[in-house]
Amino acid sequence: MYKFQIENLNLFYGSFQALFDVDLNIEDRCITAFIGPSGCGKSTLLKTLNRMNDLVEGCRITGKVLLDGEDIYYNTDVNLLRKKVGMVFQKPNPFPMSVYDNVAYGPRTHGIRSKAQLDEIVEDSLRRAAIWDELKDRLRRNALGLSGGQQQRLCIARALAVNPDVLLMDEPTSALDPISTTKIEDLVQELKQDYTIIIVTHNMQQATRISDNTAFFLLGKVIEYGPTENLFSMPRDKRTEDYITGRFG
Amino acid sequence: MEAVFFITACASILAVLLICFFIFVNGLPAIAKIGVFNFLGGTKWAPLNTVPSFGILPMIVGSLFVTAGAIVIGVPIGLLTAIFMAQFCPKKMYHPLKTIIDLLAGIPSIVYGFFGIAVLVPFVRDTFGGNGNSILTASLLLGIMILPTIIGISEAALRAVPSSYYEGALALGATHERAVFFTVFPAAGSGVLASVVLGIGRAVGETMAVIMVAGNQARMPVGILKGVRTLTANIILEMGYAADLHREALIACGAVLFVFVLLLNFCFSAITEYRRRRE
Amino acid sequence: MKHETINRISFRQRLSSYRNNPLSFLLLLLVWCAMAATVFILLFIVFYILVNGVPHLTPGLFSPVYTTDNVSALPAIITTLLMVGLSLAIAVPFGIGCAIFLVEYAKKTNRFIRYVRLTTETLAGIPSIIYGLFGMLFFVIALKWNLSLLAGGFTLAIMVLPTIMRSTEEALKATPDAYREGSFGLGAGRLRTVFRIVLPSAMPGISAGIILSVGRIVGETAALIYTAGTVAKVPENIFASGRTLSIHMYLLAGEGIYTDQAYATAVILLGFVLVINFISSFITRKITKGQD
Repeated sequence: MYKFQIENLNLFYGSFQALFDVDLNIEDRCITAFIGPSGCGKSTLLKTLNRMNDLVEGCRITGKVLLDGEDIYYNTDVNLLRKKVGMVFQKPNPFPMSVYDNVAYGPRTHGIRSKAQLDEIVEDSLRRAAIWDELKDRLRRNALGLSGGQQQRLCIARALAVNPDVLLMDEPTSALDPISTTKIEDLVQELKQDYTIIIVTHNMQQATRISDNTAFFLLGKVIEYGPTENLFSMPRDKRTEDYITGRFG
Repeated sequence: MEAVFFITACASILAVLLICFFIFVNGLPAIAKIGVFNFLGGTKWAPLNTVPSFGILPMIVGSLFVTAGAIVIGVPIGLLTAIFMAQFCPKKMYHPLKTIIDLLAGIPSIVYGFFGIAVLVPFVRDTFGGNGNSILTASLLLGIMILPTIIGISEAALRAVPSSYYEGALALGATHERAVFFTVFPAAGSGVLASVVLGIGRAVGETMAVIMVAGNQARMPVGILKGVRTLTANIILEMGYAADLHREALIACGAVLFVFVLLLNFCFSAITEYRRRRE
Repeated sequence: MKHETINRISFRQRLSSYRNNPLSFLLLLLVWCAMAATVFILLFIVFYILVNGVPHLTPGLFSPVYTTDNVSALPAIITTLLMVGLSLAIAVPFGIGCAIFLVEYAKKTNRFIRYVRLTTETLAGIPSIIYGLFGMLFFVIALKWNLSLLAGGFTLAIMVLPTIMRSTEEALKATPDAYREGSFGLGAGRLRTVFRIVLPSAMPGISAGIILSVGRIVGETAALIYTAGTVAKVPENIFASGRTLSIHMYLLAGEGIYTDQAYATAVILLGFVLVINFISSFITRKITKGQD
């Protein structure tokens, strides 16, 4: 059983077509990496999975996206979908409130009011994001005062707090220093036990280090998709080979 | 030629100095003569009595009541409208609505006052009782008059909030409304506060509209359906015939109002400065 | 259906989402109500004034001489125009000159700039009644100009100075530095550059500020009663007193027997405001188009 089944997906921004006939099956409890040169549609595809593209004016999608066998574009409550499919952005975007309130934002949104329950969720989420020890004494401090790497892990904790199945990560380390990047990569490896993770990355080494499967995008098409080892050691397509050996992009 | 431009640049400094000088030099002696406590704390304003008394506390309290009323009425509607304009407005509606709000800002206060006499006074009289000239009526009218100020500045503050906050909230499964009210709106906090301060300034300083609906009785406020006199009304109503100490007392009244407005201005620039720093 | 668009949010979807989130629905209702209230208030004021005022726009209201019978508004209209002209003649050179100094000449860290900015902000926040008091004490009494067009004009000029200065400053700042460099590169001096290159390209922004000021001058009452006075005929010279349209309306409304004429005067004032707003939105649209 696949987590996501993407069938024949086309996406247009106005008259510009950003994705062409994408067919992709994402495996459960795996890390799937989307790689490719910038502007190839990998982030766009990621955003169709939690329907963030709905915000873009003039965006039109055709095809089908199934999550656990259910069409996420047919009669779904978008908010419940986004609760199930969490997202971490390229630039850390903690809200301008305390660390605690950041993490509790999601649970509160979904109706949890009890203080004890919130305390538990906050602690648990921060632990899962491996940042509890760093932040447990500064839960009441404004999150904007944290370092970039801490902010990003806080954002991961915030996403985990609503108990999602899937975590979408849009180049989560591109704005971070190498040490923070390593921490996040380790964390992602940990999280794979419980979550299906899809990560968009610019960095091919990152894809090889952490992902189980990799999809290579070029100009809005999926050129090649398969287990990461295979894709990087013996690419089937000439264009994939050119890309991973650094001949373009 | 640079010298000429320099001189023109001095105009605003000179103007502020002159205004301060003339208001305070003409007003403060009266306060000294009457006594600070008798002037600011006196509850009786009877300048024409054989033994005149010049207590402006009724007017100070009157101004505060009317302004507070305007805030209670104007701020919620203004902020919600600003939220609508910044986050909910369908594209096609934006231009017409913006025009309407600009128009609301452009209507002269005298026209507002006349509208107050013609519509609000009878409305308050018939709905709530009293004779219609009251704190409530003045608050309603001022609440309407400060709407454009509050809407304009709050909308700009809301638009200045980074969209990453909104997107972050949505990605956690928040609805559009939740994301706007519980994430974007708090993030615009200081700008919203600035708009309220400016609204207070406008309400406190308003003169013509208020005297037409507030009743203008120089006594301590006795109820929101009863009349009241503001500092501004006191000045404009009596300046025409006042002489000697009475006149000076009115100017002193202006000085008190001036100090109050300067304090508000100071708050406003402190808030804007804080915003600039944070960015 | 292979090419059906799938990301349209249908009405049903939206409805079911609000069923799951009643609070959100409530908030949605609230903002729409607030917007409706704002629109309703404006339309109500405008239509109320128009309905009650337009029938009373009689020819007598525009007869050249004011009498207590016709309570003609024409002298007040002319006085208003004179007042606008006079105030702008004083405020515009100072406002533009000050902005030019701040943007084109002064160094950015100058302490003088901070004082100019602080005082301009202060001026912008002072209520008109205080301007009226000051005008009375300084122009009318200290300078012995008596109640006159001149005293009123100067008072209003100080009042609108921040508006003109700020809009000019914004417009000058928005002029690309490339224009200036191009002009300097051709050997033009700073002054020539300012007048030939920078000011013309900043013109729409400057005129927007001037239009706003016109609006404030036309609508002003409290600052004029004790500076320009209330004489109901066209002033012969700038040392004579005269009433502007707003003061005219205030006095009519206070009389109690001229209610109809007060409505009609309100219509004329609203007409002024509408024209001013129309021009200003026209200019603003021109500016925003220029930026695209």
